[in-house]
Amino acid sequence: MRILTIDTSAIASAAVLEFDPLDPVRTTELVANFATDDTRSHAEVLAPGVKSLFKDPVAEGPALDAIVVGTGPGPFTGLRSGIAMARTLSFTWGVPLYGMMSLDALAQQVFDTPARRDGRAVGPLAMGDFVVATDARRKEVYWAKYNAGAHLLDGPHVGPANQISGVLVFGAGAGLYLDVLENNGCSIHLEFAQAQPTALELGRAAARRITAAGSLQAAGLLASTPLYLRESDAKVPGPRKRAL
Amino acid sequence: MNHTQPLILGIESSCDETGVGLVRGTTLLTNTVSSSMEEHIRFGGVIPEIASRAHLDAFVPTLQKALDDAGVGLEDVDAIAVTSGPGLAGALMVGVSAAKALALATGKPLYAINHLVAHVGVGLLDESIPGVGDNGGLPTNLGALLVSGGHTEILRVRSISSDVELLGATIDDAAGEAFDKVARLLGLNYPGGPAVDRLAKEGNAKAVRFPRGLTMPKYMGTAVAPGPHRYDFSFSGLKTAVARCVEGYEARGEEIPVADIAASFQEAVLDVITAKAVLACREQGITTLLMGGGVAANSRLRVLAQQRCAAAGITLLVPKMSLCTDNGAMVAALGAQLAMNGVAPSKLSFAPDSSMPVTSISL
Ligand SMILES: [Zn+2]
Repeated sequence: MRILTIDTSAIASAAVLEFDPLDPVRTTELVANFATDDTRSHAEVLAPGVKSLFKDPVAEGPALDAIVVGTGPGPFTGLRSGIAMARTLSFTWGVPLYGMMSLDALAQQVFDTPARRDGRAVGPLAMGDFVVATDARRKEVYWAKYNAGAHLLDGPHVGPANQISGVLVFGAGAGLYLDVLENNGCSIHLEFAQAQPTALELGRAAARRITAAGSLQAAGLLASTPLYLRESDAKVPGPRKRAL
Repeated sequence: MNHTQPLILGIESSCDETGVGLVRGTTLLTNTVSSSMEEHIRFGGVIPEIASRAHLDAFVPTLQKALDDAGVGLEDVDAIAVTSGPGLAGALMVGVSAAKALALATGKPLYAINHLVAHVGVGLLDESIPGVGDNGGLPTNLGALLVSGGHTEILRVRSISSDVELLGATIDDAAGEAFDKVARLLGLNYPGGPAVDRLAKEGNAKAVRFPRGLTMPKYMGTAVAPGPHRYDFSFSGLKTAVARCVEGYEARGEEIPVADIAASFQEAVLDVITAKAVLACREQGITTLLMGGGVAANSRLRVLAQQRCAAAGITLLVPKMSLCTDNGAMVAALGAQLAMNGVAPSKLSFAPDSSMPVTSISL
């Protein structure tokens, strides 16, 4: 099974992965990958990035088994650029589209990263529940809590970092609010203090879920509806003040 | 690509209309528009974030409907055109991302085009306009007056595909925006344009003498020594004047003559717009003026523009309203002109430009 994944909840990224949904032992193979460093150039780089994953997108696109897009949470304009791209590719190529919560990508990366001592893997990085957090701007973070197996326990939420306490925190949101979190009894993994969700990790998380379920349809993936978590900020104007 | 009668799919998302249009050469096949206008009513104006959310959800269904209505498939399309600016940044991003996806998924060329110039290009699609279409082109010595909730401009169009010049523009609010704000002051509903137009018919346009923005000699100068804003507009002072006027009636405990104020306000806006447009035409050798934008629906603007153009010997062209308001067909129409004139398509890496100047017809 070959899937295209796109995530623009923080950086702009896309990947093509191949795996066998009936063979959980075989590792997921990365076919092609693209990711930016920054969080503000989605408009320019995403389409060339997706194109670069294929030799001939016109021929190879329709042969994909699915497109999986990160549904956020993330800054709205960037998030929409990825979902608009994914929905239109799905329509044009006739390939089914699914969504996945973008923070799942970071949780998957934590799950895949072993703790090391003297350069040797000695066990999982998170032995118990952990939180992943990304930058929600306006002095807030997007966050969700996972168990050691990277299964979602709680979230996603948006709010100030001081909502999170007494837990191991991963992701760029943790790096931004190190002091607040440490004062709240959290510990931060510095290796993950700048980590962002990527399409590659989102694809690995999707592959893991699909192989666990045995099929794409049974994997319980989401629709491509964006997880905004915040209202539009628009205020209904009150009655005009009368000059009396 | 078919360069004589290319089939172009046009995408528009610069404000609150999600538009997909299909045009073959200068023939309109379909013009499908989904508007989020209803969602903005309670706010009294377009809320960019709400518009952007609506574009995301409307795009694929609007595309599907346009293809169905025209009876064509994506494989039949020769090129894709999309509004890359000017407009609301977040709203533009949705249409641009979708257009890039279409281009990369189909391998078709993509044109990132200027929304304002597209308002002019749409004139080519309206066969009811005399002169247009006879030789497959727009008239020579052409100018355009664009008036909407998002823009107010006078353009000179030497060539729709290669030479467009901005002669004048609003320096603050767009005319349609002024209508919305004044409608709210008068207790009328959004959108303000139709509401003010209706109420103004019952009022006396000479009841209140509201200021005409940027018409003083220091702004106008003379034809030989033009001032800094000879063809420009300003409506924020007018809006404040209307607010003061309404407050005056309230402070005196008098009933507000809403119809008279609506009529007087509307006259102040449209008087300046038409006077400056005709002045620009006369001084710049423009003999045909094409009107576009949602405010072109205003009944008083149509009458006043017609009278003043006729008196100055200028031919006024007003496309039918479905083509005047923001739509995808106008984007396709301009895209077709670019394709037919051999203009190079845009790179997949272009960025939408919320303040794209008219001199940049495509990116
Ligand atoms: Zn417009």
